[in-house]
Amino acid sequence: MGTATKQALVADGIAKRFGTREALRGVSLSVDRGELVAIIGPNGAGKTTLLSILAGIQRPDAGSVDRDPREVGWVPQQAALYGKLTVAENLRLFARLEHVEQPDTAVAEMLELTGLGERAGDLAAELSGGNRQRVNIAIGLLGRQDVLLLDEPSAALDPRQRARVWEFVLGLAARGTAVVYSTHDLQEAARHADRVVVLADGEALFEGSPAALGEAVEREGGSHSDFEEAFVAFLRHRGH
Amino acid sequence: MRWLLLKDLRILRRSPGLVALLILYPVVLSVLIGFALSAGPDKPKVAFASLVPPGETAVELGGERIDLARYQDRLFESIDRVPVDCDGKTALQCEQAAIDKVESGEALAAVIVPEDFATRLGGLQTLALSGPPTIKVFYNADDPVKAAYVEDTLRARLSEANLALASRFTDAGLSYLDRVIDGGTIAAPGTGGIEILGLRGAERIVERVRPSVTSAQRAELDRVIRFSRLARENLGISEPLLRSLREPLRVEQVALDGGDTSLSSFAVALAVAVSQMFVTLLLAAGSLALEREENAFARLVRGLVSKTGLLVEKAGLAAVCSLVICLAMLVGLGLFVDLDWGRAPLWVLALAVSALAFGALGVAVGAVTREVRAASLLCVMLSLPLAFLALVPSGSVTPAVYDIARAISAVFPFRPTLDALDAALNDSGGLATALAHLAALALAFGAIARLALRRFV
Repeated sequence: MGTATKQALVADGIAKRFGTREALRGVSLSVDRGELVAIIGPNGAGKTTLLSILAGIQRPDAGSVDRDPREVGWVPQQAALYGKLTVAENLRLFARLEHVEQPDTAVAEMLELTGLGERAGDLAAELSGGNRQRVNIAIGLLGRQDVLLLDEPSAALDPRQRARVWEFVLGLAARGTAVVYSTHDLQEAARHADRVVVLADGEALFEGSPAALGEAVEREGGSHSDFEEAFVAFLRHRGH
Repeated sequence: MRWLLLKDLRILRRSPGLVALLILYPVVLSVLIGFALSAGPDKPKVAFASLVPPGETAVELGGERIDLARYQDRLFESIDRVPVDCDGKTALQCEQAAIDKVESGEALAAVIVPEDFATRLGGLQTLALSGPPTIKVFYNADDPVKAAYVEDTLRARLSEANLALASRFTDAGLSYLDRVIDGGTIAAPGTGGIEILGLRGAERIVERVRPSVTSAQRAELDRVIRFSRLARENLGISEPLLRSLREPLRVEQVALDGGDTSLSSFAVALAVAVSQMFVTLLLAAGSLALEREENAFARLVRGLVSKTGLLVEKAGLAAVCSLVICLAMLVGLGLFVDLDWGRAPLWVLALAVSALAFGALGVAVGAVTREVRAASLLCVMLSLPLAFLALVPSGSVTPAVYDIARAISAVFPFRPTLDALDAALNDSGGLATALAHLAALALAFGAIARLALRRFV
């Protein structure tokens, strides 16, 4: 459905409750092909829960997602790879589980992307946190799905690695991949996102371009010098 | 699922410490259990000093010469004899030498056979009032367990020797009774034997002379004849009474439940069941919990592998590994214990089904605990009580406690595994029931594991 139109992913009225706590309250989201959408918000806002539901890891209590989990690439916040397998073995295993047609080619490509070719034979447990995250992202990209979900993808990366990952992600978006990512790095959101979704207490408070967030703050009589100030002022105005 | 299985095998291959632990721990544990069940402690070391002079170890009983060395040999079947050098020593010195062996720790006990052992024993069949010989036993009570074992062993063996001698005395007594009733020769040292007339012979003589005496004398002789008959009849009755003294009690044993499994065969079944429990539970629980600890679970169940498929893979991997280990154990134990190799296909069947049941329990533990360390700890904490509960013998606890133990054992795979292995190894019956029980438990624990996966992410 998504690929036949401009929309790559549509989530409608997503709600999720953990016991008495409402993690998400009727969040709707539509992502177009080639669009980069950043999910931002304070800790506990529901960013990871929303991405987990979009990825098919958790089921929503209400609402729907129009894509099958297998049609969506997923990069979790915590590196999801086996410490006792080498970098190449991790990539090959997931390529095979994803039914990638040429797993060895895909592995070579991802090693090139992550710049870990020389460490292909090293056990994942021996890698630094940054390098583990690079492999983690590479595994999420193996299936070449037209929707990619990244949960704080650059959290453990140094600036050079971060730039490299973003170069690749932006390249994917340019080729039509819809990218949804959560981040605490507001500069990263302002720099790369076509659209930001501000979540707080499980509610989507804002959806629009980074510039539009600043404009909304100004309309409410607030002032800001950059995106981060605009974001903080926006939340403060809404009691967060 | 194939790739996942290969991945797990590769991870196992790269975890030699874990594999060694998984194999060695249950093997050592099961061997210890096997030894504990199938054999008591080693024969106790006992210093043995016989003060009986050489050439005086035989005694005449009922006309038969008995060598007391035979009874010593019976005692030595149960003890490890520590020789005491009595050459050139007085009886007192020899006795002290035996006691020294105990005090120095070389022997756990000392048995002293007195000088007059044979003389006093022989005197029991005469009217000599010297009393029976006394065997002295000294033992070290430093270790209460071993002291009790030594005490029990020596008492049991000395009782057996006592009983055997009592039997010989009874035979001798019966032989004397026969002579008293029917007449004959009683052996006597140095005389070549003493001729005994006997009651029957005396009666015949009296009856023969009775017609030739006066009527007053005949009346007296009639009294003698009546006494003789009465004595013969009553002494005749005492014969079966004396014979019954040789074995006052006879025991008829009937096993009400189970087959005729020997202790060593049961120990094999127990050792294998314990090993299988440890290996399968730890592998299944650990490998499932590891998927979560590596954060891979969420990635896998997003359509790459179904949750049920993942459980089957983990339980299957653990089952196959434990099957291989347990079959190897059986082959190894078969070198020392007599096993019926013709029943090997049944061993495999019992091991395979029980491994699946343990695998299902293992993934349930892994799914509930969600962490490798917690899963491993719970497996160990679960395994030992399960094994002990399944081995609680009836009659050792109150009926209510026994019923509770049986009920708990019935909802875990250990007891049915033990039953299945016992049936497969020893033809004790009930294999089909045990396998059906295990299959039901595998399904039940599989369902619990599947439910627990709902909160596994």
